[in-house]
Amino acid sequence: MMIGNDVNVVLPELVLVGAAMAVLMWGVFSKREVGAQALWLISALFIGVGAWIALTGRGTDSAFNGMFINDAFGRFAKITMLWSGAAVLLLSRQYLERTKLMKFEFPVLVALAMVGMMMMVSAGNMMSLYMGLELQSLALYVIAAFNRDSLRSSEAGLKYFVLGAISSGLLLYGMSLVYGYTGALGFVQITDVIAAEGLPLGALFGLVFIVSGMAFKVSAAPFHMWTPDVYEGSPTPVTALFATAPKVAAAAMITRILFDAFGGAIAEWQQILALLALLSMFVGAVAAIGQTNIKRLMAYSSIGHMGFAIMGLAAGTEAGVQNMLIYMVVYVTTNIGVFAFILNMEKDGRAVTDISALSLYSRVAPGRALALMVLMFSLAGIPPLVGFFAKLYVLQAAFAAGLGWLAIAGVIASVISAFYYLRIIKLMYFGEATDALDGKIPMLHMGLLAASAAAMVFGIVNMFGIEGYALSAARALLG
Amino acid sequence: MTIGIEHYLTVAAMLFVVGIFGIFLNRKNIIVILMSIELILLAVNINMVAFSSFMGDLAGQVFTLFILTVAAAEAAIGLAILVVFYRNRGSIDVQDANVMKG
Repeated sequence: MMIGNDVNVVLPELVLVGAAMAVLMWGVFSKREVGAQALWLISALFIGVGAWIALTGRGTDSAFNGMFINDAFGRFAKITMLWSGAAVLLLSRQYLERTKLMKFEFPVLVALAMVGMMMMVSAGNMMSLYMGLELQSLALYVIAAFNRDSLRSSEAGLKYFVLGAISSGLLLYGMSLVYGYTGALGFVQITDVIAAEGLPLGALFGLVFIVSGMAFKVSAAPFHMWTPDVYEGSPTPVTALFATAPKVAAAAMITRILFDAFGGAIAEWQQILALLALLSMFVGAVAAIGQTNIKRLMAYSSIGHMGFAIMGLAAGTEAGVQNMLIYMVVYVTTNIGVFAFILNMEKDGRAVTDISALSLYSRVAPGRALALMVLMFSLAGIPPLVGFFAKLYVLQAAFAAGLGWLAIAGVIASVISAFYYLRIIKLMYFGEATDALDGKIPMLHMGLLAASAAAMVFGIVNMFGIEGYALSAARALLG
Repeated sequence: MTIGIEHYLTVAAMLFVVGIFGIFLNRKNIIVILMSIELILLAVNINMVAFSSFMGDLAGQVFTLFILTVAAAEAAIGLAILVVFYRNRGSIDVQDANVMKG
């Protein structure tokens, strides 16, 4: 039997699923609350599995009749997700303990969501893609409402659930149309049909539905309305998680389905993606200006940043995919640093999310203020930080693909969005004296905040070599 | 009159639209939203089975079984979140899900 080979290809996912189940059983049957240990265990596992994939992954394998593909593209996304997921889990420990949310279910749900994300980025068939997506979404609905005594958290969970379910419905309806008009669910077979007879009209409708469904998942405008509420209402560690790994997974999933299944119909989806990118960049830039809650602000910021990532995809070229992946890694690295800071915004033991509390923060904690300033400059895309180069690359890719108007719009949106990033910096350095934050910052948070800020400065030398990995990932997808 | 695939597709499309409108025009009760979500998934299932049967390809029906399973899990989680929301808010009116303005 060949099943041994197939199992070998999905071994990292199997290990994670097994560990999630084992930790679940351990948590249920142990007499004490094992939340903290479970959290350490799952984050160590994320780091380990990420390293395992990084060290052993070679070439392209597919398993279960093409249902699952393990290629350089999938591995790139998986390593990014696993390591950022581990960082967010480690960062959440103190917050969860303070708010009495440290239950073993939290790391278990994150682990299951992670398996779903790994499945999404490795899917080679509509069916496995949908199953991965739902595994991720169902776990994330629950952790959005994880603080079940809080009205805001449960409302965030409810809103996320309803809009997530609609997007799954749109996606599925699109899949059913594509299935009906191309006669296949596998990406390879769909590509063959499109190569032989072009994209049938019904499948084009299906493609539009699929792209809309996925735009919900990456929170691209005009399908972004859930993002600010969910980011604001969820417990802060959950917000940090939403802003990192699932975004990478959703962006990678869109890339996978558009290039693997509809790679022969780039002209058909290029315009849709260009429109999504344009709207997201401007919604992210303009709507964030009036926000005073830093979590809401980060939500609009993530909408804007997803617009830039989608711009790379809209280029429809190898360089576009490569630069989209670089953009996502830079975005995730920056966000980990920013959330390491936000998680410790406290005053008299109560979490504060209003940005006016940052007034004159540079006098309270100059080091942290400096690190946050670097990160904000990087998010705003101000040279010479890494965030600038990440933006420059996607703009170049869009320009080279003949989307000059989109690149110009991107520059304009970037200038507008610089306003609210700079406002935070202005508050920290030249604000009016108010009651300052007093939260101390644990070593790990300070370390990640400093590392993330340092990466934005020193990364300009060679981007830590991720360009090469992103290129081989893009080649694996388009090759 | 022979029943062709277009009839099935029309029914599915109508159900799908009813589901979408049920979510966006409904101003009363969140349970109605859950029912609308089920309608959308059912519409997809009808599509899948119709295509599968007319093409003589089983994959669509296998997909339908997966969708049914996921729909059940989704409804369970949706109701669980709704119960939590009800305990905090004391109401399941759509208008009452408004602590955060979106």
